[in-house]
Amino acid sequence: MQGNTACAEGALAAGCRFFGGYPITPSTEIAEHMAAKLPKVGGVFIQMEDEIAGIASVIGASWTGARAMTATSGPGFSLMMENIGFAVMTETPCVLVNIQRGGPSTGQPTMSAQADMLQCRFGSHGDYSIIALSPASVQEMFELTVKAFNLAERFRVPAFLMADEIIGHMRERIEIPDSVPREERKPLTAGALPFRAGEDMIPGFPQFGKGYGVHVTGLTHDERGYPCATSPSLHEDLVKRLVAKVESARHDIADYRVANPDAEVVFITYGSPARTVEQVLHDNPDERIGHLRFRLVWPFSEKALEEFPDAKVFLVPEQNLGQMAREIERHTCIPVVPLPRFGGALHTPAELKKAVEAWR
Amino acid sequence: MRHEVRFSGFGGQGIILSAVILGRAAVMYDGNYAVQTQVYGPEARGGASMSAVIIDDEPILYPKVTEPDIFVIMSQEGYEKYGVHARNDAVMVLDSSLVHSRPGCRYIEIPATREAKQTLGRDIVANIIMLGALVKTTRVVREEAIEKAILDSVPKGTESLNLKAMKLGFELAEKGMIQ
Repeated sequence: MQGNTACAEGALAAGCRFFGGYPITPSTEIAEHMAAKLPKVGGVFIQMEDEIAGIASVIGASWTGARAMTATSGPGFSLMMENIGFAVMTETPCVLVNIQRGGPSTGQPTMSAQADMLQCRFGSHGDYSIIALSPASVQEMFELTVKAFNLAERFRVPAFLMADEIIGHMRERIEIPDSVPREERKPLTAGALPFRAGEDMIPGFPQFGKGYGVHVTGLTHDERGYPCATSPSLHEDLVKRLVAKVESARHDIADYRVANPDAEVVFITYGSPARTVEQVLHDNPDERIGHLRFRLVWPFSEKALEEFPDAKVFLVPEQNLGQMAREIERHTCIPVVPLPRFGGALHTPAELKKAVEAWR
Repeated sequence: MRHEVRFSGFGGQGIILSAVILGRAAVMYDGNYAVQTQVYGPEARGGASMSAVIIDDEPILYPKVTEPDIFVIMSQEGYEKYGVHARNDAVMVLDSSLVHSRPGCRYIEIPATREAKQTLGRDIVANIIMLGALVKTTRVVREEAIEKAILDSVPKGTESLNLKAMKLGFELAEKGMIQ
């Protein structure tokens, strides 16, 4: 099965019943598959006039209680940025898939990249936090799409599947489970204020059509949901809660894989470069090369770095000029070496082996 | 035993579909592992097209081909881009109706596009002739496996045409000489 098809199948298995978007290479197969399948399970597929409307329709669908998603790539992702902020501010659960291609601008529509990793974290204006996952196989396109839906529902936040063209378009063996874990968004308790959060910092969800009268706005709002955009303290409290509800959970929801924790030279990866590193480890079993692979990239769990107490260097192969390397650097005193490879090509095992030797 | 198979030609010939069918045969009907990848341009037809399949009895880690041991080449441009540097012990299946150069490695000439037009009346099945010839020449998947995978993958109503093309590929490979 193709990675993009596996993503769509994962979404359907997770209970996604709304897709709104605009087709773009290399993500189009997701929209195609959802268009074919959603009507058969009572869902809705809408091709909107552009990506701005695509994400807007997803936000609206989510407020009716539907699990909703869109899928895009670089240029469409840029168009979605403002409404991503709206989804954050209104605490709307939704899933956005970005099958990353070469940018900036139209760039390389058919070639792989991982150059939107910071855009997904910081691309909309204002301070906020989101959740992002990066699959390294067709199997994970399925699994992590399911996970994205559950995390989006649980935290009432946009969750991103930040895949790359190689994984999206690759075909390989996949095993689809009979059922998948499912987390529901917490409903609003009758009589409670719609934007008042308890200790978990996540308010109950007042689903449209269930009798709640709720005002949903991108303006800074009080716990009733009414605009109140001039109070410094209210704005501070709201923004801090929106960030903290995700960031304070970063170790609980951390999802990464560790190989050779006693190693001194350690690769850190996410997405398709992980496959090259796995090959290097497989081909050099006696060399004690470490590998930390993030499946969940944002919020970044810096504790994962402590899994390698003997590490002397972190090597970070990415299909960009060093985006996650910059984040890793903030959390460690040892050298962090970006190994950029882009233009659509994937690092070769020989290339990464050489990078290891340079640090021996 | 790892095999790396590279297909090249131009958009519209079914270069990517050929790789998908081969990978499907290996995984679904031979019980092996396979990874299929591709490189193509933004054009719908006519641009250079390349696809690849890795087949292994163990899980496949690095998903891209590095040094293919098997080539299927269906255009002169595809040969120049991907076939010229074939390693010496590789095997190349060439569409001799479209590729004029000959490699240093072993190769077999299959006039697939000409035969598709003249014998079957549809040049669109040239890629399936090449798939048949590939399987007969290299045994990279079983003949029954490729037949089932072709039937899974082609549009309804074209099954018998495609099976004829596959069998023609078997025959051409049997008659042809590996040089």
